[in-house]
Order: sequence, then C-alpha cells, then structure tokens
Amino acid sequence: MRQSQSHQNDYACLADKLDALLVRLGCGNLRQGSLQRLTGGANKETWALEAVGSAGAVPLIMRRLSADALPSERTIEPDCEARLIRRAGECDVPTPRVCHILEPGDGLGAGFLSARIEGETLARRILRNPEFSKIRSKLSFQCGTILARIHAIPVATLPQLKKQFARSELDELYQSYRSFGGGSPVFEAAFRWLRDRAPDEARMPRLVHGDFRNGNLIVGPEGVRAVLDWELAHLGDPAEDLGWITVNSWRFGMIDEPVGGFGSVEQMLEGYRFEGGEDIDVDRVLYWRTLGSLRWGLICRAMACPAQAGVRITVERAMIGRRISETELDLLDILAPESAQ
Amino acid sequence: MKHPPATELLASVAHFLRDDLLPSLSGGRAFNLRVSINAIDLVRREIEQQAAADKRERRRLAKLLGRNDELEVMREELCEQIASGKIALDHPELREHLRATTMDRLAIDQPSYSAYLAAVAPSGAADATKKDAAEE
Repeated sequence: MRQSQSHQNDYACLADKLDALLVRLGCGNLRQGSLQRLTGGANKETWALEAVGSAGAVPLIMRRLSADALPSERTIEPDCEARLIRRAGECDVPTPRVCHILEPGDGLGAGFLSARIEGETLARRILRNPEFSKIRSKLSFQCGTILARIHAIPVATLPQLKKQFARSELDELYQSYRSFGGGSPVFEAAFRWLRDRAPDEARMPRLVHGDFRNGNLIVGPEGVRAVLDWELAHLGDPAEDLGWITVNSWRFGMIDEPVGGFGSVEQMLEGYRFEGGEDIDVDRVLYWRTLGSLRWGLICRAMACPAQAGVRITVERAMIGRRISETELDLLDILAPESAQ
Repeated sequence: MKHPPATELLASVAHFLRDDLLPSLSGGRAFNLRVSINAIDLVRREIEQQAAADKRERRRLAKLLGRNDELEVMREELCEQIASGKIALDHPELREHLRATTMDRLAIDQPSYSAYLAAVAPSGAADATKKDAAEE
C-alpha cells in the first residue's frame, strides 16, 4: 500500500515538473491524465504525454535515463542522442523532431522531449497486417536509402562518438562470453570465423546507427516514418547497419526475407546505392549478420542476469536467456549450412 | 508402483494456467502469464529430453576427441580445439556434431523457432531425431 502511494506521489511530482517545463517552453500545459509510461527498458524510460496550448493538443514523447540506470560503456548519453537525432533530421533521415533537451533546472533527470509520431513499430503487424501489404515489398529498398543518408552525414558535424570496428567489438564480445562461463563450441567457431575475416579498419569510419531493425522503425502504410533509438550509435563500418537488420531474429518467422522479414538484401543494397551509398557486397553484409547473431546471442544471455546480485528479473528476461540457442542455430546456418554437407 | 512423473504435473499446471487462468487476465499480467506458461513447457521438455541429449552429445564428443570424460570437460576441450584452430568447420564430423547438439537444444528451448522448423520440416530431420532418441 505504502509503495503504491509513493508511486502515485512520484507520478504527480513528475506530472507537475513536466507541466512547468511545457509552460516555460511556451508549449501550453500538460493535458491531465495524458502522461503514460510506455516501456520499461532496463536503463531508459519512455513516456507519452500531450501538451495542450493554443495550437490544440500536441502528442509528445519524453525519453530519459531511469533514476537507477547503470552506467554503460556502449550507450551514449541522452543529450548526445538528442543532438544526434537533430543532426540526422537535418540530413533528411526520418526522425522525430527533438523539442527540448532536459536541463538540470528542469528537475527531470537526463533525457529529451520529442514529437510523438503515429505509426506501427511491432514487426508482427508490419509483416502481416493488410494495411502494410502495399509498402512491404518497398521497405527493404527504403531502408537502404535511409541507411545511405545516415552513413553520409559528415563525421566532423557529429557529437563525439566512440569508434567501434569488428576487432574491438569481437574482443568485447569474447570477454562477455567468457564472463558467462563460455562453453559453447558454436560460439567459439563463430569467434574464430569472424576474427579470420575481420574487415580492414583503414577505411574511413562512418556514423553507424547501431540498432537499425524492426522495433526501432515507425512504419505507416506509406513507409518508414521515423528511425528511433539512437543510443547505440558509434563510428565504424557502415556495413554493420546493413548486416544487423538481416539477423534472423528480426525476421519474426519470415525466414526467407532476410531484411527484417520484408525484403531481400539485393533490394536494400539497390536502395543504398541509389541514395549514393558506397558499393557494399553481399559478403560484407553476411559478415556483419554473423557478428550480429553472435552479439544478439550474448545480449540474450546478459538479459537473464540481474544487473546486481539479488535483484529479481522478470520472467520475460529470464526466458530471453534461452534464446541463445536460436542464435547458435542461425550461426550454424551461416558457418556450416546443412546443404553443404 | 511408479510415481506419477514430474512432467505430468507440469503439464497439468500449464494446462490450468492456459485454459482457466489466462482468459481472466489482460495487458501486462496476461503477457507475463503467457511467458510463464512457455517457461513451464520449456522445463517440462528439458526434463523429458535433456538426459538423452546429453548422452548423445557425450558419445559424439568421445568420438571426436578420441577419449571419454565428463560431458563438460569434453565440451570445454572441444571449445579449446576450435579456438586454437586444431579442429575447424571443414571437419564433417564437427559440423555434424555442432548441428545435432544445437538441434537438440532448440527442441528443448524454442521448438517453434523459424530456423528450427525450417531445418526440421523439409528434410524429414524430425524423424531422424526421433529415431536417434529411440536408439537410446
């Protein structure tokens, strides 16, 4: 009882602060009852809200670090993410407009306010619902064009980002794999295969979104409306983004359509070149798909571990730990396909 | 007289949760219950299949490594041999071993996964797995 009371107080306090912020920004007031928590990410909170002013009701999103967020080496700070989203928007990447980067005086923690864009993010609906049937065959090409725009943003105009190439990524992943006790011959074979073929790091690093896939794309019946979740952005090999979206885990059962379950790699690369992207061959995409499956497998494993000893994890996260075997099969299908035996 | 098996208990629990309790819930609680039922089903499959799968894995490992030891010890040795390049994916028996072990894991963890179904269905591999199991 006491806890639910304190939850209510937290909510009221949050609503008051947001209302005051909206007034300061000249956006009107917080519409009563509109503030709603959307997702319970481990480190980030996403809230939906509405501002009511002279222009009517404006749907907004607040994304901020949870109060108990653990420092992460991989993810960028929310203010950096917000500046990156703005920069990408200026370069014709579909993104939600960032209205305000939270400041210490706002009393809301670290995060930002952005426009809320209507549309679908759930892959199962995008892949199966009739309103998307016309756009589905064009999505792969469109993803190629969007990625070409992201990768073309001049690096000098970006906020400070970490460089991450295949070798350093593999070293980090191997460390994480050993920290879970190792013991997977399939992962060992994948590490070996990926190290033997690690691409040249001499090529110029590009802005890599880092998590461009189903779930982070808002899609409408006419196509992609926004690219979300830029917190894994870094500088690296642009082929990483092209490979990540083809990982089997994002196909949601549509195994024969490598790009997000909706299209072919050739369509995506065609869109990529059409928008001025460099000539990337299928093998480079396959390399990053392999690294992507391995990475996803280790993320799944990490999900089943509480951030601190003694903290209870949800049954959903516990079950995600058993998805590691899915990635082992995906890796084998690439490294040692049955048809080649 | 044989004790009623634990797997039957779990099947009854999953049955009750799915058919009687789930329809009365909605939203986040229904979602979490569905995940919980999947977890119970997974544990049931593990109890049913793990021992036989381990036996098969051990037999293949002993053949690959040319010696017999505890499962975990042999598995770790195979990991080391792969990491050092002593054995590689062009070795047909290694490929066969990795695939068989992975398929056995999927049969417990996620038998509805797209890549598992694709591997099982067209080639009739499901029957082969059953045959393998029957040999135990």
